[in-house]
Amino acid sequence: MGEATNPRIELLGVSKTFPGVRALEKVDLRLRAGEVHALLGENGAGKSTLIKIMTGALRADEGEIRLDGRPVEIRTTGDAQALGISTVYQEVNLVPTMSVTKNLTLGRQPLRFGLISWRSASALARQRLRRLNLDIDVERQLGSYSVAIQQLVAIARALEDDTRVLVLDEPTASLDANETNLLFQIVRDLKSHGIAIVFITHFIDQVYEISDRISVLRNGRLVGEALTAELPRLQLISMMLGRALGHVEEQAKAKARAGKTEAAPVLEARQLGRRRTMAPFDLSLRPGEVVGLSGLLGSGRTETAKLMFGAIHPDSGQVQLEGRPVLRNSPRHSLRNGIVLCPEDRKAEGLIGELSVRENIVLALQTKRGWLHRLPLDEQNRLAEEMIKALDIDTPDADKPVGQLSGGNQQKVVLARALASRPKVLLLDEPTRGIDVGAHAEIVALIRRLCAEGLALLVASSELDELVAVSDRVAVLRDRNMVGEMAGDDITRENIIRTIAGGRSWTKPQE
Amino acid sequence: MDQASRMTPPQTRGTRLLRKLAGHRAVWPLLALAVILIVDGFVAPGFFTIRIVEGRLFGSLIDILYRAVPTALLALGMAVVIGTKGIDLSVGSVIAVVGATIAWRIHEGDPHFVILLVALGVGLLCGIWNGFLVAVLDIQPIIATLILMVSGRGIGLMINLIYGGTNPSFESPLLQGLSVGHLGLIPTRLILGAAIFAVLWLLIRRTALGLFLEAVGGNAAAADLAGINARLIKYSAYLISGVCAGWAGIILTADTHTSDPVSVALYSELDAILAVVIGGGSLAGGRIYLGMTLIGVLVIQALTTSILTSGLPPEYNLLVKAVVVLFVLLLQSNNFRKAVFSLFRRGTARRGRP
Amino acid sequence: MRERYLPLVATITVFVALFVTGGVFYKHFFSTLVLGHILADNAFIIIAAIGTTFVILSGGIDLSIGSMIGFVGVVMASLDTMGWHPLASAGLMLVFGLAFGAFQGFIIDFCEIQPFIVTLAGLFMLRGACFMVTLDSIPIRHPFVDAFAGTNIPLPGGGFLASSAIVMLVVLAVAIVIAHFTRFGTNVYAIGGDRASAILMGVPMRRTTIKIYALGGFYSALGGVTYALYTSSGYPLAGTGNELNAIASVVLGGTLLTGGVGMVAGTLFGGMILGLIATLIIFNGSLNGAWIMITSGVLLFIFIVMQRFLVSSFTLRRAG
Repeated sequence: MGEATNPRIELLGVSKTFPGVRALEKVDLRLRAGEVHALLGENGAGKSTLIKIMTGALRADEGEIRLDGRPVEIRTTGDAQALGISTVYQEVNLVPTMSVTKNLTLGRQPLRFGLISWRSASALARQRLRRLNLDIDVERQLGSYSVAIQQLVAIARALEDDTRVLVLDEPTASLDANETNLLFQIVRDLKSHGIAIVFITHFIDQVYEISDRISVLRNGRLVGEALTAELPRLQLISMMLGRALGHVEEQAKAKARAGKTEAAPVLEARQLGRRRTMAPFDLSLRPGEVVGLSGLLGSGRTETAKLMFGAIHPDSGQVQLEGRPVLRNSPRHSLRNGIVLCPEDRKAEGLIGELSVRENIVLALQTKRGWLHRLPLDEQNRLAEEMIKALDIDTPDADKPVGQLSGGNQQKVVLARALASRPKVLLLDEPTRGIDVGAHAEIVALIRRLCAEGLALLVASSELDELVAVSDRVAVLRDRNMVGEMAGDDITRENIIRTIAGGRSWTKPQE
Repeated sequence: MDQASRMTPPQTRGTRLLRKLAGHRAVWPLLALAVILIVDGFVAPGFFTIRIVEGRLFGSLIDILYRAVPTALLALGMAVVIGTKGIDLSVGSVIAVVGATIAWRIHEGDPHFVILLVALGVGLLCGIWNGFLVAVLDIQPIIATLILMVSGRGIGLMINLIYGGTNPSFESPLLQGLSVGHLGLIPTRLILGAAIFAVLWLLIRRTALGLFLEAVGGNAAAADLAGINARLIKYSAYLISGVCAGWAGIILTADTHTSDPVSVALYSELDAILAVVIGGGSLAGGRIYLGMTLIGVLVIQALTTSILTSGLPPEYNLLVKAVVVLFVLLLQSNNFRKAVFSLFRRGTARRGRP
Repeated sequence: MRERYLPLVATITVFVALFVTGGVFYKHFFSTLVLGHILADNAFIIIAAIGTTFVILSGGIDLSIGSMIGFVGVVMASLDTMGWHPLASAGLMLVFGLAFGAFQGFIIDFCEIQPFIVTLAGLFMLRGACFMVTLDSIPIRHPFVDAFAGTNIPLPGGGFLASSAIVMLVVLAVAIVIAHFTRFGTNVYAIGGDRASAILMGVPMRRTTIKIYALGGFYSALGGVTYALYTSSGYPLAGTGNELNAIASVVLGGTLLTGGVGMVAGTLFGGMILGLIATLIIFNGSLNGAWIMITSGVLLFIFIVMQRFLVSSFTLRRAG
């Protein structure tokens, strides 16, 4: 293995800032020939930004890239490809409506007399696939193959004869165990040919199975780099999750927790689940209680929250509201029953960017009232002002389009919408994702206050310390299974990490 | 005047006001309308005079309003549909079907107020069809409404055939009263048009329907998670558009005393879309500007009328319209503005050099 | 059988079924004579539709076709009165079509405006331009026109392949080669199949978009030339609504309106189906033009819904 080899490609002191967000802060990444280098971190840790800088899709604000010791400039994806850096993205980035041959040869079809010779194109495609020991009908539509095959075709397209660095961005996200094994065989083979491979995944077991070295990113910073063999699982998870919030928070929580009573649950999931999404689970939420949902990326946090909200239709089990089963489980009905969800992806699922802050805030309450009973404008303004003040939303006025606010303030608007509808149960999916430290503390304080007011809260988060700080109970997820629940003083970083790390299996839930 | 504004120097205050004005979405369409009317005023003397002839208001301005009513109805419905990120290409064909139905039922001797309801019902039915394709079957709006656009005029011709269809012209005091009649000084269609605008405005802005429509158009996934029934809301937009087209069909059919499915309201769907776009509505959805859409309609109608009064053949207004729409669209494009700006800056920089 | 041929097979099946039905009901229908007539009468529409096929395959749309046909006709006719040879004016108009299409493509890509709106402006502009040239129908009197109309290839069974049909078949062959044997053609399919992927795979978007609409403009101009020569006149209202016929031909030919899937050859049969329906209605005598619109609407509906479920089964498979 490659302890002796010099780095093939080095990214040194790379920083990148997007409007309002420091995506990368002086990050180093060293890839060695013949090594599989796992790049780990939660959503928003900066993995994809780093990869995009390496592959020319983005340019760094500062920092240096060296290839075999020489500094290089990578301005475009073309530059990266010319230097032998190839990428396979998480979503298969091929055209499913075209044949395998067409996908593999797009832009470099062999020409004869200026026209494409499909015979040699097919031969070329077959030859490319043979390098991966793949023998499939290249004339069939790509979309007619399984995702695993599509992924392999994408790798075949990315691999040139002179490929020196191959980036695999979550290639196993939608593969089952057998398919993953097939992929790993190929990765090992490529490794033996001296290619440096970056492997991005959120499956910890796969990291230990395939990688030689690990780098962990958190909030745009490099937390650490280590040889896989020398990094215990517990330490790795601890590196990935959590940030110390300080003792004050801990003490405040201990006090808050002292006065809890065992009230009857408002919302209860009984063997709720959906194939390929989340294995059946039980979970109850009580008024005045914060239930944390912990687990690594892809462990089913979002899915759990969405199943309870009705945004994902379950195919097993049921949801009970105040002891009675909910017959029609949909966002519309949940909202009417006083259950609200603040989604993780606020751009795609939360905000309506064109609409004003006020309109975004009143939306859920308005839905609850129905279209005929419009909130009068002064009522809307009063509510919006109240929320802007309560959550300290930084906006010149309530009529500003919400798309023009900064990330943290957008998140607060999503929260404000939920709160304005006067819910009994609040499901928060990553409430502090992508917001600065100040806003972070405010939102944590807000969660506490709401809880004290008798709201039942579910907080799904990748911030371990945040969960430890706010939760009265924590449910732990691993690989789309609920694997443990802890309460009171049992809620510690160590306990959660141990539960997450506990299992060996990384297969998907039953098919 | 408060403390703060007294302290700003008048020049800055002026420019700030100007900038704020220029930034308002109503400015450009209104300016365009003003320019067209002023040019008309110079070209055609007496353009702005409004006289009373035989107990009716008379004059070019009234004429513009009068002729704008059918397009305005279509455009208002279109504005709602476009607000949901949709489009309704079928409105012209709906008018053809409505016209044919009116002629047919009159031929059958139905009471005329029943015919009125039937005509609106036909518009609604077309809306139900389009809504079904878009909201239930999830077909792209352009494609879904294309079906009725293609076949609607044929359906109109078929209806004409039911009663022989050779001479579908008719007389109907009720319908013609609604279309070309007058209520006191003012044309009835103007009053009814204003009434429909008011009803629509109340429906959109005084209930939460407008908010829901815009939410669905802005981000359907988010609207769904906020508890909005996105399908139903989308469906309602096509129903509104269908009914608006139905009313426009009544006016146009009564105006011509006949059903002419082949050429009635030809290209009117395009005029309606154009009006919405001139009024600042984005085809990407998310906003409904009813008032601005009306200004867009007036811009188009004023253009058409000016071309007529200037003595050019009426067909020229197509070309003028094309240039206007292209201009408006280019102004809305970021890339184009950037390119023009950089050209402009380069120009001034060169001039500035000694 | 490859599933991508499925829509084409469906189209051909519909065509054959219609043709046979006609033959069963009407004497002399099932003949090369009728077939030749259908080809000749619809050649100009099919030619324009072939260009549109590329536009639709890329996920776009071109509404300026009908106006282009009208505009080309009136310009050719008025150039004829100035003594131009029809071939010279045709060449000029083909260049114009190419340039106009390229201009539309540039606006679409550079200004990021929906193709629908840009080509709508194109529709208005060209139709307006028609009226600026003339308001009346102008005959084209050059002897070449008669020679063109007189040229044909006899078919077995008494029919013949008219010159317009020959032009159509030739340009169809060219289009098939462009679609399936050039890098540009494959890029069109890639853009329509998955735009984001196509960009990542290095397809040059601006160049390809401009070329697509230029090709569309060229083919609709050629459709206009064929129409002008076939009718030996130019009329400012000619081609009104033909954009819809062309789009319908493409969709009936099995091309997905969302782009990415379809074949140029299918458009021939799509156009022929529309022509066949018109001919059947003429043969019937008691039916009228309304039926053409309605049946094309119904067929359009069936094909669109069929495509909708084809696509959804496809995406489901991809996700699962």
